[in-house]
Amino acid sequence: MTAQIAAILAIDGIATGAIYVLMALGFVLIFSVTRIVFVPFGDIAAFVALTLAALEAKQLPGTVGMVAVLAVIATAMELFTIMRAGAYDKVPRAIFYYLLLPLIPAAVAWLTSGTLLPAVPRILLAIALILPVSPLLYRVVFRPIADASVLLLLIVSVALHFALAGLGLLFFGPEGVRTRTLTDFSMMLAGVPISGESILIVAAAAVFCLMLYLFFDFTLYGKALQATAMNRTGARLMGIRPAQAGAVAFLSGSVLAAISGVLIAPVNTIFYDSGFIIGLKAFVGAIIGGLLSFPITAIGSLFVGILESFAAFISSPFKEVMVFSILIPVLLWRSYTLVQAEEDHEE
Amino acid sequence: MRRFTLSLAALAGLTLAATSANAQITVGFVTSLSGKASSIGLNYEKGINAAYAYQSEVAGQKIKLIKLDDVSDVSQATQLARKLVEQEKVDIMIGTSSAPGATAMLSAANELKVPLIAISPVRLGIPKKGHPWGICVTQTPSLMVSVIANRMKRDGIKTAGFIGFNDSWGDLVYNGAKKAEASGGPKVTSNERYSRTDTTVTAQALKVLATHPDGVYDGGSATQGALPLIELRKLGYKGGFFGTPSLLNRDFVRIGGKAVEGVQVSAGPVIVTSQLPANHFSKKIGTAFHKVFKKVNGTEADDGFSGYAFDAWVIFLKAANTALKTAKPGTQAFREALMQAIYSNKEVAGVHAVYNFTPKSYYGVDDRSLVVVKLVKGHWIYQP
Repeated sequence: MTAQIAAILAIDGIATGAIYVLMALGFVLIFSVTRIVFVPFGDIAAFVALTLAALEAKQLPGTVGMVAVLAVIATAMELFTIMRAGAYDKVPRAIFYYLLLPLIPAAVAWLTSGTLLPAVPRILLAIALILPVSPLLYRVVFRPIADASVLLLLIVSVALHFALAGLGLLFFGPEGVRTRTLTDFSMMLAGVPISGESILIVAAAAVFCLMLYLFFDFTLYGKALQATAMNRTGARLMGIRPAQAGAVAFLSGSVLAAISGVLIAPVNTIFYDSGFIIGLKAFVGAIIGGLLSFPITAIGSLFVGILESFAAFISSPFKEVMVFSILIPVLLWRSYTLVQAEEDHEE
Repeated sequence: MRRFTLSLAALAGLTLAATSANAQITVGFVTSLSGKASSIGLNYEKGINAAYAYQSEVAGQKIKLIKLDDVSDVSQATQLARKLVEQEKVDIMIGTSSAPGATAMLSAANELKVPLIAISPVRLGIPKKGHPWGICVTQTPSLMVSVIANRMKRDGIKTAGFIGFNDSWGDLVYNGAKKAEASGGPKVTSNERYSRTDTTVTAQALKVLATHPDGVYDGGSATQGALPLIELRKLGYKGGFFGTPSLLNRDFVRIGGKAVEGVQVSAGPVIVTSQLPANHFSKKIGTAFHKVFKKVNGTEADDGFSGYAFDAWVIFLKAANTALKTAKPGTQAFREALMQAIYSNKEVAGVHAVYNFTPKSYYGVDDRSLVVVKLVKGHWIYQP
C-alpha cells in the first residue's frame, strides 16, 4: 500500500464515515429522547433517495401513497383517543397536524408530477415528502407503547423495519436508482483526486453537527429534549410533554436521515432495501458513543467509515466481518468503564 | 350386486370422460407473475404466449396450455407442480422463473415421473435409479464465463482482474474465470468482492488497479454490476471490461452511462438475432420468434428470458411429434415417450442454443449457445 493509495482510501473512508455520522447522530437523538432504537432509520434514508430519483424521472414518488396511508391511520388513532377522552375541542388541531400538514408536500408532489423541478426545490420537496414518515410512524407504532421496556421497543422497531422494507418494495419497486450528481467539481490534492460530492458530504455532516449542538444548547425545544432524555418523569413534572418531545426527536432524526439520503443517492445506487446495512454500520458508530454522547458518536462513525475503507482494501470478502467485529472490543470497553444505567429500577 | 354394477358403470363412465378430456396434449406452465421474481417472470409469460401463438398443435393434435402463477414462492412452485400432475393430468411441465423454484419443480417431476423443461438454472443430483424427468434449457454459469474468457484470449488479453458480488453468483463467475485460466485463458490477478448494498467500491477498485490487468471480469449482475466499472473508470483504468449475460439489463446501461461503454459480455444469440449472419442456427427461428413475439405482446423481445420459454416450447413440440407415434396423450406411456424423445432428438435448434440432451445431465447446450456482444452507444452489438 503506497501513501497515495492510503490517502485515497482515507478520503473515501471519511466521506462514507460522514454519512454514518449523520445517521448515527439521528440514532442517538431518537434513542436518548424516546429510548427507541429506531432500526428503520436507514430505510428512511433510502426512501429519500428513491423519492428524489422518482422526482427526477418525472414520476409520482411512492412516498406520496405511503405518507397518505400513514397519515390516515395516525389521524384515525388520534381521533379515537380524543373521542374516548371526550376532548372534542382538540379535533381540528389533530386533523391539522396529523392529516393536513403531512399531506401538503404530498399534494405539491402530486400537482407538480410530470414536470421537472429545478434541483433545489426538487431536493427540498423530496425531503419534505419523507419528513412526516418518522413522526407518523412514531404516532402509529410507538406512542401506544411509549412506556414499555427498551427491549420491547427494540423488537417492535425491528419488526417495523421488515414492514417498511416490504412497503418500500411495494411503493418503489425492486429497481435500483442513482440520482443526478449534485456537483461535477473535483480537485487534485497532492496527486489524490477528491470529488466535490465527498466534500459536500463532509461539509453537510459538519454543518449538521454544529446545528445539533446549537439546537440542544441554545433553544428551549432543545433543552426540553435534553431534559426528557435525562429523566422522563422529571421532565414531565417541569411541564414538558414526553409525547411531543418524542415527535420532535423523530422529526429532527428524519431531517438527518433525509440529508444523508440526498447526499448518498448520487454516489451510489440505492435500492429499496439498501438503507438497512448503511443504518447498521451507522449504528456501530452510535454504539461506540454509547447511544449517549454526540461527539464520541461522530468520531466513532468516522472511524467506522475509515475502517471499512481500509478493510475493503485489505480483504474485501471479509470487509463486513471486520467492521462489525469492532463491536466486541467496544462493548467490552463500554461495559467495564461505564456505570450501569439501571433503567428498570428507576420507577 | 346391483349397487356394485352401478358403481362399476359410473367408474367406467368417469374413465371414459377422463380419456375424452385428455384427447389433447396438456402442457402445464408455471412462472412468477407476482412477487420478487415477477420482473423476470413476466418475460417468461410473454415468451410462452408467443410460443403458443407460434404453434399450438402438433401432427393435428391440439395442445392445451395451462398457465399458473407461483407468486415467486418456492413451496408454491412445488404445490403447483403437484396440482398440474394430479388434477390437470398434464403430459409435460415448463417452469419457473427462479432457480430455487425450478429446482423444486424438478424434484417434484422426478418423484411424479412427469417431464419438466426447466427455464431457470437448476441444481439437483441425477436420480440413481432410472433416468431424470427433467431438462434445463439455460446455459451454465461456467459456460457463460468460458465463452467470454476464450474471446479475451483470442483478443490477446493476458491478465484479467476480477471484481464481483460477495455471494454465490460472484463465486460462480470467479470459479469460471479460474477454470478458464487453467485451460489457457487470461491469468486472474485479483479476487475482489462487494455486496449489492455497498456504498463504495473504491478500495476494491484500487486493489484491482494495483495488479495492472489487461482486462477486468465483472462478476456482478444488473444495476449494481455497473458500480465497480464506474469506479474503475473514475480512477483512470483504461482496459476493457468483460462480463456475463447477467449484465444484459436496461438498468445496467442506464446507471453505468459512459463508464460501461464498450463492455463485452457473453449472451444468448436471441439478444442480437437481427445482427446474426444468415447461416447462424438461431437466425431463422429467432426471426420467427421476434416477429410472433411482437405480434402477441406488442413490444420487442429485448430480454433473454422470453427466449428460454420459447425454446422450451420448441423442444416440447419436437418431442411431442416423435412421442405421438408411439403413445396416446394423457397416459404415463406418453410422458415416458416424451422424455425419451427429448433425449433422442439431436441438434434441436432454438433461439438460444442447439440442444442435445442426455440422461446424464440436466443441461444440454454447448458454446454455440453464447455469442459475444459489445455495448456501443447504449446498444448491444454482435461481435463475430
